[in-house]
Amino acid sequence: MSEIVTTIRKFIFDNFLFDAAEDELGNDDSFLEQGIIDSTGVLELVEWLEETFNISVDDEELIPENLDSVNRLAAYVAGKTS
Amino acid sequence: MLERMIWTLRHRGPDGFGLYQDQRAGLAHARLSIIDLEGGWQPIHNEDRTLWIVFNGEIFNYPELRRQLIDSGHRFATRSDTEVIVHLYEEKGERCLEDLNGQFAMALYDSRARSLFLARDRMGIRPLFYTLHDHRLFFASEIKAILAADPAIERAIDPAVLQEIFTFWSASGEQTVFRGIRQVEPGCWLRLDASGTIRQQRYWEIPFRPDSFADASEDRLAAELRDLLVDAVRLRLRADVPVGAYLSGGLDSSAITSLVHHYTDNDLKTFSVTFSDQVYDEREEQQEMSAFLQTDHHEIRCSHAAIGQAFPRVIRHAETPILRTAPAPLFLLSSLVRENDYKVVLTGEGADEILGGYDIFKEAKVRAFIAARPDSSCRPFLLKRLYPYLALSPARSAEYARRFFDTGASLDDPFYAHRPRWKTTAGTHVFLRDEVLAAAGCSPVEQLEQRWAGRLRGLDYFSRAQFLESRLLLGNYLLSSQGDRMGMAHSIEGRFPFLDHRVVEFACTIPPRLRMKALNEKNILKKAMADILPPAIVRRKKQPYMAPDIPSFFGTQTPEYVSYHLSEEKLMESGLFKPAAVHRLLAKCRKKSRQGFRENMAFVGILSTQILYETFVRNFQADTPAPLPGKRIVISKENERECLKS
Repeated sequence: MSEIVTTIRKFIFDNFLFDAAEDELGNDDSFLEQGIIDSTGVLELVEWLEETFNISVDDEELIPENLDSVNRLAAYVAGKTS
Repeated sequence: MLERMIWTLRHRGPDGFGLYQDQRAGLAHARLSIIDLEGGWQPIHNEDRTLWIVFNGEIFNYPELRRQLIDSGHRFATRSDTEVIVHLYEEKGERCLEDLNGQFAMALYDSRARSLFLARDRMGIRPLFYTLHDHRLFFASEIKAILAADPAIERAIDPAVLQEIFTFWSASGEQTVFRGIRQVEPGCWLRLDASGTIRQQRYWEIPFRPDSFADASEDRLAAELRDLLVDAVRLRLRADVPVGAYLSGGLDSSAITSLVHHYTDNDLKTFSVTFSDQVYDEREEQQEMSAFLQTDHHEIRCSHAAIGQAFPRVIRHAETPILRTAPAPLFLLSSLVRENDYKVVLTGEGADEILGGYDIFKEAKVRAFIAARPDSSCRPFLLKRLYPYLALSPARSAEYARRFFDTGASLDDPFYAHRPRWKTTAGTHVFLRDEVLAAAGCSPVEQLEQRWAGRLRGLDYFSRAQFLESRLLLGNYLLSSQGDRMGMAHSIEGRFPFLDHRVVEFACTIPPRLRMKALNEKNILKKAMADILPPAIVRRKKQPYMAPDIPSFFGTQTPEYVSYHLSEEKLMESGLFKPAAVHRLLAKCRKKSRQGFRENMAFVGILSTQILYETFVRNFQADTPAPLPGKRIVISKENERECLKS
């Protein structure tokens, strides 16, 4: 799980945090509320998830409960790959 | 100085130059000969040579006005539309503007009253800028001519306006991104009198009014719209040179082209942009339409690399930061028109704004529908019908879409429709330096609210959205950066039948529920045109005109200027953006993965601003004028001496 968290944090930092240091991102910070990712960014994130973890994300799974923080994403990926 | 100024505008009028000068004022004109090819040289004067005009554009109803003025005793020296304004101004002063059906920017100098009158058409089709410097007023159709007038005129980016552009896609009022240089706003005039006092006034406004809706059937409204459009097209074919048409493959340009075909005997040449990137390409529909009307069709294929290559020239002509590359293909298209020896094209611009075509209106309607029953589990799925053409559609997930579009705004909010878009665009502010963000004192949206909330009060949310889209996006971006500037870069004049003020005034009386019936956009226009268009064109889902953004700069080769303008040194020099953040964006762009709205807008916006800074602020040099071809000079010293050269 910690490896997934690390991979996700790196992706978010490299691709969405243009003006912040990596340690400013909390694992429970909401991407939407903090303005880190907008709804088109979410689909970019989904493409990366599918490619990186070799999973398929259904449209019904495109909900903030699965995708809106580092920890939620890690739990979602862990569930899909277990 | 006048020669230096007009030389910078030679792309707008390569057919000849005319100058007027006396001890107080100077006028210069670059001519694109379209009406009265032999006699229409400017500046033009009245009977006693006390009133002088330079004019850019067209007055389409000039033959009718000319006849009336002759009946009133005026003597005409030319057959041009420009001279009509001079005599009409003598009759009615600034109220002459009410009688003009056209697209124009004009300057009238009254040598007796020692006053200057500047005016611009109702919708802002032709540009007009001015600045005050050293107790003098400088004006021109493009900013570069003002900068060429005197090296002491301030050349600086206005950070508050830059933030506006990174929110609305354009400046919102009379300020431009160049500090101290203003535009005469659409539908306004300005007078400088002998004492140096400036008075400005709006003479026309887009007339959305809550009490003005027509009580008529859809069929009746469609018939009336058709009659108006036929006449608007007929007037816009008035020219002493052939008139062509742009054909995008969508409803609006197809409607205009079809009206030309059915109601005039004009042999029509049509011009289109096609894209090598299939996501943006509408070639099939363009071909279908040109075959249907049997036009002589010409197209230019636009690759990613071609957009990237043209981009610096596009910015030099646009004279503003832009957040999309969409003007670039139109820059290439106007060069195709020029190669075919055409100077004038009709286009379908304006229909989406005035007749209810844009997705932002549809989006607002869906949001309002959902908000009316927030507990409904079915209604949010309507959001999935929005933006089907986008690879990364914000509506692919109903839940994300709901959160994206739910701004907490009520239907009474003057900006109900636009808040989601502006919020997304403002995501680009993360790249702006803190000093830029602090410059205005409050957000661009708050400023706009202070200016326009009163004007929008009492209107329904659909009309409010149309008004904003017409005044902001149409007036300050589509007609300017995408329209006039890209056409005139190659001396091409666009004409816009949907923006005939009679059509606009009529469109404002169509009840909002009929402009977009359920989610059927431009409902009345479709009914008006159904019998003269292929059914597939009428039924086709709207595909907004777009062009590839980031991919245009990161194909097999990245243009060298990208690294140059986005280097740390250049970013520090302009002082507008955070270099570290820009470099992280640049690194992401180089990965060539699919990017979201924010990244695409930010990259194009930053690059265009940096090019603009380098071109006009840091390094602007007016070209030394060559001997002006076809030059006619009038030097007037209290009307004692006149010198005419050719």
